[in-house]
Amino acid sequence: MGSVLIDVKDVSKFFSIGGRLFGKKRSVCAVDNVSFCINEGETVALVGESGCGKSTLGRLALGVLQPTSGKILFRGKDIWRLNRSEFKEFRRNAQIIHQDPYDTLNPMRTIYQSLSPPLMHYKIARNRRECWEKASELLKMVGLVPPEDFLQRYPARLSGGQMQRIAIARAISVNPSFIVADEAVSMLDASLRIEILDLLLDLKRKFNMACLFITHDFGVARYFARDGRILVMYLGSIIEEGPTEDVILDPIHPYTKILLDCVPVPNPEVARSRGLPHLKSLEVPSITNMPPGCKFYTRCPYGEDICSQKVPTLKPSGKDRLVACHMFS
Amino acid sequence: MTENLVSIRGLTVEFRVPRGILRAVDEVDLDICKGEILGLVGESGCGKSVLAHAIIKQVDPNGYIKGGKVLFEGKDVFSMSEEDLRRFRWKDVAIIFQGAQNALNPVMRVFDHMIDTVLAHEKSSKEEILKRSFDLIKMVRLDADRVLKLYPHELSGGMKQRVISAMSLLLSPKFLILDEPTSSLDVLTQKYFLRLMRDIHEKTGITMLFITHDLGCVAEVADRIAVMYLANIIEIGDVKEIFYDPKHPYTAALIKSIPSAIGKMGEIKPIPGPIPDPVFPPSGCRFHPRCQYASDKCRKERPSIINIGGGRLVACHLYTQG
Repeated sequence: MGSVLIDVKDVSKFFSIGGRLFGKKRSVCAVDNVSFCINEGETVALVGESGCGKSTLGRLALGVLQPTSGKILFRGKDIWRLNRSEFKEFRRNAQIIHQDPYDTLNPMRTIYQSLSPPLMHYKIARNRRECWEKASELLKMVGLVPPEDFLQRYPARLSGGQMQRIAIARAISVNPSFIVADEAVSMLDASLRIEILDLLLDLKRKFNMACLFITHDFGVARYFARDGRILVMYLGSIIEEGPTEDVILDPIHPYTKILLDCVPVPNPEVARSRGLPHLKSLEVPSITNMPPGCKFYTRCPYGEDICSQKVPTLKPSGKDRLVACHMFS
Repeated sequence: MTENLVSIRGLTVEFRVPRGILRAVDEVDLDICKGEILGLVGESGCGKSVLAHAIIKQVDPNGYIKGGKVLFEGKDVFSMSEEDLRRFRWKDVAIIFQGAQNALNPVMRVFDHMIDTVLAHEKSSKEEILKRSFDLIKMVRLDADRVLKLYPHELSGGMKQRVISAMSLLLSPKFLILDEPTSSLDVLTQKYFLRLMRDIHEKTGITMLFITHDLGCVAEVADRIAVMYLANIIEIGDVKEIFYDPKHPYTAALIKSIPSAIGKMGEIKPIPGPIPDPVFPPSGCRFHPRCQYASDKCRKERPSIINIGGGRLVACHLYTQG
């Protein structure tokens, strides 16, 4: 693998809630002391349930949110200490594909009007004609042919799948080296999902882009990051990390195990043979009142005293694997 | 075959939309047997929810039932009077909507919801209702003493969903419709909910129609599966047969397009082409533009759903009556 592209170091993000008219101002920890890195051209899937902080982490890595503490290095440089032109260059390099394609595009603008400003801004196209040609080329790349049919259309006339293709075209238009795909296919129907994932994989390979693929769906993560790694997140912390197939087939952390046991599988015999997990409690602890020690302790079937006192850190466990658990590492 | 609880014949539901007439359910025939869990699967917009709601004669204001009939235990639902219909809903058929957790009134305790529901349909004493709700809340594995006194905001999403399930069973309906009941729950809660539904089914023998876009969910709970594509039911069969030996090209392609998180990944293939515009659906078989086996006949003639033997129904020209 290539050199390190994005290096997230001990990053935490707090949001303050309340503090208006009534109630005391409190802060909640959305991302808690997280470290990981992504190499040039690498695919990393970030998997977790809703509300675990995976989108916040994605936005921190993109430089859209500023971390409360910790550093994010892009090619060795702290992105929050870059000068203006360096930061602009970073912004060009780091792009995002959102979950909802309908919200990504301005409904009042034609596709061309949405695609052209970044091309002009970053001087990828020098004049209008070049811009039109470049935009057509992009649409061809994402499989929207003939491009002339689409450039003059408004988003309302497109289907969800087509719009997600436009969102991908917009993201790759400025030749980024890093893409965050935040639940990029969750809004799409099963039959369209694989097509979009294949398209994204294809473009990723062609332009050697690194990708942080955020999803709640282990199946999709497994498909997309089959040559990469998986990070599993629980309540703001990364609790397990490793090569995709290794984590999927042999999870170490109890949370990953239980999650994988509960994932619905399109196979009746397998689905019915799996019992219920032995969770201590079904309720997820409130993020405003997090338990001390391991955050999974309140639900974990294996927890012992140490888990309720000491926060486990990510430690190596086998080849290329990292696990944050006192009992299994 | 066992007795049918619900028989749908030639049901057509249309909606007036700005671009024209959208036929959401197109001459659908479907039988739901007594005591089974039937899974109704399809992608978003295929009409599965509209079909289920039409069973209790419930259609959005811009829609109407164009034709066909629904028989519930032999009674024609569409010819019921308003009063009969009101009694029929909830007493005979209960429905759990998508995101039903949000249907609870925020200023009413769980127990008050129970009282309201029962009194709207029959005369009963408070003690009687309390006893019944207590048992049901216990059946959905909640702490009945505590939960009945709580307000909705004191419950988590999964707990609300279970309270709603208990409420739906309050009048001991014969038929329960679940419309995407798990789509707003997290993976662990979903697993518990699916198992709970199976347990309730085993205990009470209630007939269920389980609507979802997630093949993984029906694989876990359903006895039989009906697959819907663009307003048509294209295949019906036993859950295992549908998954291990799909007959209709769309069913086969749909199953192949889902990456599994456990076991071998197998071959994953996308279904080619976009989902057609439902206002202007393709001629003949609705699936022909995306089907690799499409012939001239498929382009011109719409296949009707036929029995190919073994309780298997398929709407495809590749198969002949068996």
